[in-house]
Amino acid sequence: MAVGQSVPRVDAYAKVTGQAQYVGDLEPKTAYFAKIVRSTIANGRVTSIETGEARALPGVIAVFTCFDVPDIQFPTAGHPWSTVPSHQDICDRRLLNARVRVWGDEIAVVVARDRLTAERAAGLVRAEYETYPALSTPAEAMAEGAPCLHDEKPGNVIAHTSFHLGDGSFADAAAQPGAVTVEADYAVPAVQHCHLELVHACAWMEHEKITVVSSTQIPHIVRRVVGQALGIPWSRVRVIKPYIGGGFGNKQDVLVEPLTAWLTTKLGGHPVKIELTREEVLGCTRTRHAFDWHVSAAALPDGTLLARTYRAYSNQGGYASHAHAIAANAANVFKQCYRDRVSLDSESYTVYTNRPTAGAMRGYGIPQGCFVTEALTDDIAYAIGMDPLQFRLKNCVQAGYVDPHNGITMHTYALDQVIEAGRRAIGWDEKRAAYAGQTGPVRRGVGMALFTYKTGVYPISLETAACRMTLHEDGRVSVQMGATEIGQGADTVFSQMAAEALGVTLDRIDLCSTQDTDVSPFDTGAYASRQTYVSGMACKKTGESLKRKILDYAARMLNRPADGLDLRENRIVDETGAALLPLEDAAMEACYSLTDSTHLSAEESYHCTDNTFATGACFAEIEVDLPLGRIKVLRLINVHDSGRLINPALAKAQVQGGMSMGLGYALSEELLFDENCRPLNANLLDYKLPTAPDTPRLETIFIETDDPTAPYGNKALGEPPAIPVAPAIRNALLNATGVAVHSLPLTPQKLIEHFRAAGLLGGASHV
Amino acid sequence: MLKIIQMTVNGQPVELAVDDREALLDTLRDRLGLTSVKRGCEVGECGACTVLIDGKAIDSCLYLTMWAQGRSILTVEGLRRNDGTLDPVQQAFIDECAVQCGFCTPGLILTALSLVMSGKAYTRDELKTKISGHLCRCTGYENILNAVEHALKVHS
Repeated sequence: MAVGQSVPRVDAYAKVTGQAQYVGDLEPKTAYFAKIVRSTIANGRVTSIETGEARALPGVIAVFTCFDVPDIQFPTAGHPWSTVPSHQDICDRRLLNARVRVWGDEIAVVVARDRLTAERAAGLVRAEYETYPALSTPAEAMAEGAPCLHDEKPGNVIAHTSFHLGDGSFADAAAQPGAVTVEADYAVPAVQHCHLELVHACAWMEHEKITVVSSTQIPHIVRRVVGQALGIPWSRVRVIKPYIGGGFGNKQDVLVEPLTAWLTTKLGGHPVKIELTREEVLGCTRTRHAFDWHVSAAALPDGTLLARTYRAYSNQGGYASHAHAIAANAANVFKQCYRDRVSLDSESYTVYTNRPTAGAMRGYGIPQGCFVTEALTDDIAYAIGMDPLQFRLKNCVQAGYVDPHNGITMHTYALDQVIEAGRRAIGWDEKRAAYAGQTGPVRRGVGMALFTYKTGVYPISLETAACRMTLHEDGRVSVQMGATEIGQGADTVFSQMAAEALGVTLDRIDLCSTQDTDVSPFDTGAYASRQTYVSGMACKKTGESLKRKILDYAARMLNRPADGLDLRENRIVDETGAALLPLEDAAMEACYSLTDSTHLSAEESYHCTDNTFATGACFAEIEVDLPLGRIKVLRLINVHDSGRLINPALAKAQVQGGMSMGLGYALSEELLFDENCRPLNANLLDYKLPTAPDTPRLETIFIETDDPTAPYGNKALGEPPAIPVAPAIRNALLNATGVAVHSLPLTPQKLIEHFRAAGLLGGASHV
Repeated sequence: MLKIIQMTVNGQPVELAVDDREALLDTLRDRLGLTSVKRGCEVGECGACTVLIDGKAIDSCLYLTMWAQGRSILTVEGLRRNDGTLDPVQQAFIDECAVQCGFCTPGLILTALSLVMSGKAYTRDELKTKISGHLCRCTGYENILNAVEHALKVHS
């Protein structure tokens, strides 16, 4: 059995030897270097650009400005295309933009023989602007008289949606005898993916065919968007995706590929590359959406959750990217985690501002939604004086939950076991008792947060995937997936699934890691924790299909019916399991038989029309130094129901990485800006990622259910670990100090302000 | 201006004419094709371009090639044996599931190798400090630390 085993990664050898090739290792030596010229304002219009000095620099090949590019607006979100126009992504940017909407907007590009010359020449391009006030927040952008960023969206609101659940209203609930209410504003900042590999693409053109090598999670979507942006048939574009150095959602957006592809068409097909700097990646690609909320909750003293209201403002930044899909997802957390007995009122806005464009990032709105949901949950439990774990058990969604709007069903359920496992692991009851009534400057606390997370995007978007397998004459099988390896281990688990479905050992599987859209089967790519669930089914179907063909051929060789034959551990066996024929003998005969030669291969696609929920929780124990405003995380435990694990060791590693990202969200990560929306800390020195000394031991627990809708019982795993960590730490702080902080990150400066306001520092001398 | 430099790279003598402003990262990648040396920030923040210079882990993006005159440079390409077997440090990274996207991996392997070669013993907290010049966004460092501990144990 290959599935369920902790086999080593299939790409580990290539990666520890430096043989694994990324975009920067593959580009032609002759490639020109293209450097983007970026605006030095966040809101305005380019009135003129002087490029003469740049063009005169020796080594400069060409300079193009926002006045030279095609008048075509295109989308960038890594969503499956919709054939229904009203569901298509917003097309709101050109290859280079004269109307500037973000600091560092792409207004011109210099192409030179080498990086240094391109960078020097870019610095010689001079732009004149008509400048408008920079809009930092949704509130500023929605204010009367605010400048309009996109003519198509007067008032800067991209979308405004709302829903009501329940028979009553919040006022009805609040009026119930004994009802307790809380009401507050919460907020989370923009943070960045910080994949170690930069954003990188290289393109060239042979006759009509444009090849783009890209560091992307979504090669087939990149092909479509490049076609749209250049106004050419999509199949003129060939996208090659080699190994990539992490994506986390930033590379679920089409970033530099259209411009790179367009440049090669303007330079006779000569190879051109764009490799952004770390500062550009942090400040000028995509971020996680910042949110501002106003929410309230009403509960009875016995812990019955009666009603909640939710109003969210999602800060989209200058371009639509994934737009309202994020806010809509975030709004789902309230209803998909807890049961309001009377009512739930939810309202969400997604608003253009002049901050960097926000897009997909691990969790896709759910980490934001989970923060406000789980902070509010602790705050209402605190207000009625109830243990927040007990409050959650009393109010969380139950087995068989069905989302009332999209019908997504919890086919398997273990949320109660998840909570119980975490409770035992951290010693919840004992520690809550021990940490009650603490005094003194150093205090401890425990906190938790739970989440639910759907697997893939059906029925909101299309779910489709394809796979191809070929039997070689020595009995080995090559596997091509449209789904992508981005570091998460996809190639390994697909290899395991292929071996399992075929009945061969893992060493017989050669999985091609690279996607080439001219050759690879179609898949929309790595996002939404969808690939093991959706693409995995394509892999399983294809394996089963090839196996049938192999058995049919073996039946002819053996002169007996195929019924009753099976392929197990590389051998064709009969009903009793007795070996009849080695696979390699059948494979050799199939290739070279003078009387019955056939090349055995299979290709299947899978259109997924179901979905299911993964669940989990984080439990945190912290020590707070009040005078220093410093949180030290003593224990951090994530408990996950991601269904059956295809590879437990890889699953554990995925969870650890997600927990680290959640830890940064909780304590240190935040993109900072001045009042003109210029990034202040767009580098890895001032933007604080967790380092090894910042990271406690990362403990993981799995509760395995067996989901009937999945290829092998599996559910979402890649994104969930990042979701519950920040609110769990925030709630541990509440337990330790009684101080409810309503925003992230929990930096010393912010904590000191809160502790002073709460009177915990006993006078100014401590600070 | 081009200058001639002699150094040893992965055990082989190398003589090159390089621009005296060139970083060792670019020399190794662009002139010598040693693409395991990764560009992640170019200012010494991420550690992806780490190589060993006379046994010491250094960010090659911050190190001018001219400074390498007469020195010995090691990249992970230099750990590869002709029969394909791996250095115990590389094997430890595989065994401990310490590899994900792989972009920080070559640099971390070299830092780990320098710790192994030091012949010293380290606590887990000391190891955390020793690898704190490397950023990894995939692993949370847990399995990387396990791999380094594993490699140190194998060596001792």
